[in-house]
Amino acid sequence: MNKATSHDGVPLRERDIKTIVNAGLARRHAAERRFRWYGLIAISLGLAFVVLMFANIIGKGLPAFWQTYIQVPIHFDAAVLDPEGNRDPQTLASADYGALVRAGLRQTFPAVEGRLPLRALSALLSTDAAYELQRRVLADPQLIGAQQEIWLLASAAVDTFVKGNIDRTLDEANRPIKDQQIEWIDQLRAADKIERQFNAVLFRNGDSREPEQAGIRGALMGSFFTLLVTFLLSFPIGVATAVYLEEFAPKNRWTDIIEVNINNLAAVPSIVFGLLGLAVFINFFGLPRSAPLVGGLVLSLMTLPVIIIAGRAALTSVPPSIREAALGMGASKLQMVGHHVLPLAMPGMLTGSIIGMARALGESAPLLMIGMVAFIVDVPKGFLDPATVLPVQIYLWSDLPERAFVERTSAAIMVLLAFMILMNGLAILLRKRFERRW
Amino acid sequence: MQPFLLLTLLLLSAGAYYLGRRRAFAVADGHVRNLHSLPSFYGSYAALWCGLPALLVFALWAAAQPNLVVNWVVAGLPPELRDLPPDRLNLVINDLKNLVGGNFVASASDPVMVEAAERYRRLQAIGNAALWVVVLSLAIAGIAYAWRAISPALRARNRVEGVINIFLIASSTVAIFTTIGIVLSVVFESLLFFRQVPVAEFLFGLQWSPQTALRADQVGSSGAFGAVPLFAGTLLISGIAMLVAVPIGLMSALYLSEYATPKFRAFAKPALEILAGIPTVVYGFFAALTVAPLIRQIGTAVGLHVASESALAAGLVMGIMIIPFVSSLSDDVINAVPQSMRDGSYALGATKSETITRVLLPAALPGIVGSILLAISRAIGETMIVVMAAGLSANLTANPLEAVTTVTVQIVTLLTGDQEFDSPKTLAAFALGLVLFVVTLILNIIALRVVRKYREQYE
Repeated sequence: MNKATSHDGVPLRERDIKTIVNAGLARRHAAERRFRWYGLIAISLGLAFVVLMFANIIGKGLPAFWQTYIQVPIHFDAAVLDPEGNRDPQTLASADYGALVRAGLRQTFPAVEGRLPLRALSALLSTDAAYELQRRVLADPQLIGAQQEIWLLASAAVDTFVKGNIDRTLDEANRPIKDQQIEWIDQLRAADKIERQFNAVLFRNGDSREPEQAGIRGALMGSFFTLLVTFLLSFPIGVATAVYLEEFAPKNRWTDIIEVNINNLAAVPSIVFGLLGLAVFINFFGLPRSAPLVGGLVLSLMTLPVIIIAGRAALTSVPPSIREAALGMGASKLQMVGHHVLPLAMPGMLTGSIIGMARALGESAPLLMIGMVAFIVDVPKGFLDPATVLPVQIYLWSDLPERAFVERTSAAIMVLLAFMILMNGLAILLRKRFERRW
Repeated sequence: MQPFLLLTLLLLSAGAYYLGRRRAFAVADGHVRNLHSLPSFYGSYAALWCGLPALLVFALWAAAQPNLVVNWVVAGLPPELRDLPPDRLNLVINDLKNLVGGNFVASASDPVMVEAAERYRRLQAIGNAALWVVVLSLAIAGIAYAWRAISPALRARNRVEGVINIFLIASSTVAIFTTIGIVLSVVFESLLFFRQVPVAEFLFGLQWSPQTALRADQVGSSGAFGAVPLFAGTLLISGIAMLVAVPIGLMSALYLSEYATPKFRAFAKPALEILAGIPTVVYGFFAALTVAPLIRQIGTAVGLHVASESALAAGLVMGIMIIPFVSSLSDDVINAVPQSMRDGSYALGATKSETITRVLLPAALPGIVGSILLAISRAIGETMIVVMAAGLSANLTANPLEAVTTVTVQIVTLLTGDQEFDSPKTLAAFALGLVLFVVTLILNIIALRVVRKYREQYE
């Protein structure tokens, strides 16, 4: 009965089976090894992409945290700044600081003559140099009449050259920095009057058309206000929804609809939320375009499903015995939830919310729809000021061809990723610290 | 001004809580057991009566006031300004608002405007002052009512819990309202669009050039709204993305769940999931500035013409982004296959890879298909990568080396920048949004259903 038969019904002897199996064994083992390798290769590819992307962006962005400055002797000439000598702030604010910068440069290079060479000389410094002097004088009018060596911001072209990103053997017409200017830079280098300092401008300024003056302060503040609105709206509403669905809702059609809805919302493309924001918040309710308030509203609608789903998972992990004990002691249902279940589920809910907020921080597509893509120089001060957010700033800069902007884009990405790592790290920490096994 | 009012209201409510509690003790002659509810509930009861009605009035008032003020100011304008067509009138109102805000405007010297601005400012001040008076007196009236209502027999806990319950239910309907909002906003604008462009032309037309003519004799400005090239471009890029993501994601999931040591798995799984956490704008930057030039260089080296915004670059990078979706979803599915099926296969002498391909994959297939569908819907809706790395020109081509455009790219380009709200150009974006919403919704529903059904099979 128990005799093995081959396909055509002829009985097989044990030895035959062994030969057949053994004959195929090498091939099968080779196939097994191959398959294993495919898996390993797939994972390595995935991990390689992670490493490659981080290396690529850090390699590009790291130099942007340093910025070239040139030391220039500045004489705060009273005849230029304050001819009447009454220290009137109005006069001081509108004085010709550019003249001081030019005079200082000419003092450094006395040999330069002629209109064009002088202009090329001025182009070594950023247009911000004059404003820097203005700021210093307005902060301290005592400076007037003094002679000081001051480090002034170099122009983007000089900065790019000093960082070694412009080939000096290139044809002069094809590079943004000319032979004569290179000569001057070499002289400055020899005299130790050119150096790289920490790029505080990046964190102090809003956006600018001049790369050396462009910063992410405005975008950071915009992101902060937007996320604040998002958190204030989505966290309470999300927690309340999770509590209602998990603890109070009767199991009927209506709650079924809500559940299906939430799951579907979690998978709706983010850009569709942008369309909703444009049509409802801006065109229907007439809220201002580009405002962090509207951005926050849109993002909170997007974040809600994430918080609700995480919140419900956290609530289900609280064992029923806790609930029964509370009810047995005579607590009302709401007291049971508020005093016992919610505090125990809170770490899980917070973890989910932080992850949702991190995702909202990196979101940009829906914000493009509601006008947060404008070129905004001023740092926003409130929820209704026109603003942009960090990812959108990255998008805006990535379109600009200058090498210095590529650098800054990568630096902005590094800042964004740092925030996201921070938030996710916080979430992991929370989970590790408060996770409870029942 | 208004935040300050809210703060005052908050303080008042806190005071009301304190007063309510004290009142409860007073009416109970100091014995809590005489009360129906705990004293803190009487406090909350008073706080709610103080805060809620005032807050409601505040919200309504703050929403209505700007429009009312504008209407009154416009009514006070001289007839030649008042009877301007709406869009010109809006300009005048904008000027007025700037004038009120203290900004410099061209019409600052116009006495009529200055007078109107003065009026505006006065009305606004009156409105704000009245708001303060009304809200604060309502709050105090609320406290007074609660003070009188508090008695040992008052069922304060039930009242307070009733309010909280209403808040909970209202919160849970937000998700419904969001969906309704999405559907209404997209459908409504799309209907306006389809009134100008027939549905058939939109869905099956082969020409896409949404620029409408400024002048009748302009060249290439016919305003053709055939969306097939966009659908084709979206499919092409998503297809490339899936070609990258499915093999890598699936093989990674298989390796991690079947071969990897627990230690390696503990390291590789979160590391791979980093890819899901990176913002899409970063992928877009990577695609546009690193991958696209690289592909172009390689293409030129082997003598192929590659567009600088090729579909290949965008698709490749999108594929990388989607790897963790495929891998983590398939991982769940593979882990859900019962161990007994593996054991049965091993007992028959199958190797691991044979078990995987002959037993595990067929058993997990519905779930894997579901996860792939979810990944496709993610790819179709993805925006930033294609906006930054794919082109704008609507080519109808299957060549991955050429530039194509996608639905999401067109939505972004049609809606960013200046726009009039009723031109077919902006409305077209909503029609595209409708298509996108419907397609992703269908994909998600199918995927979720498949996955759920499959899960039930083994539970």
